[in-house]
Amino acid sequence: MMELVLTITAVALALAAAGAIIRIARGPSLLDRVLAADVLLAILGAALCIDMAVNRHLNNLMLVVAVSVIGFIGSVTVARFVADRREQPSES
Amino acid sequence: MSPEPNAVDTVVDAVSAVFMVVGALMSLAAAIGLLRFPDLMSRMHAATKPQVLGLFLLLAAVGLQLRTWWVWPVLLVAWIFQLLTVPVSAHMVGRAGYRTKHLHKELLSTDELEAVVVKAAKAARKSEEGDGNRSD
Repeated sequence: MMELVLTITAVALALAAAGAIIRIARGPSLLDRVLAADVLLAILGAALCIDMAVNRHLNNLMLVVAVSVIGFIGSVTVARFVADRREQPSES
Repeated sequence: MSPEPNAVDTVVDAVSAVFMVVGALMSLAAAIGLLRFPDLMSRMHAATKPQVLGLFLLLAAVGLQLRTWWVWPVLLVAWIFQLLTVPVSAHMVGRAGYRTKHLHKELLSTDELEAVVVKAAKAARKSEEGDGNRSD
């Protein structure tokens, strides 16, 4: 049963990662790209969790915790700076 | 420890398998939402909500598969941090998207921020005019 689950989840996560990468590549704005990169990080965490659950080890546990703690800093920083940079041309 | 799997083990394995499949499908749903939705606001909703529920399901699957009690607090910490940080990043992205006009106004049912923005702009204009009169 675990092999079937692993196949299904691997296909689903690969399709999800492909979709997020497509959105990163052709996102119309910088914020879309940041959002898609955030989703890609979440997909990475999901893959680490599935690896731990199927193979029954805990090697990735600290990495999952660290990703869930600091993963939001990048998108918050970019959102902050994009707000400052794009406001000036729209006002002038 | 019996060599043949007993009934409880089979049930727990099945539950964790269902959790893993649904959690992976949550990530797939987020990616489909990223590709299909028209503007930044709806993409933000599609991206953030499956992150929280999908990660919860996958962490529960890890805990069910390992069957040791000390794993659960660590998994809970990971999920609570995700629950705290995902709204922060979604709020910041939505705020920047509203300010840089990355939204389709015709798709909104109500724009609750518009009245506040108009009022603030009016107040800023009035204070500017007051300053101008005073300097004259």
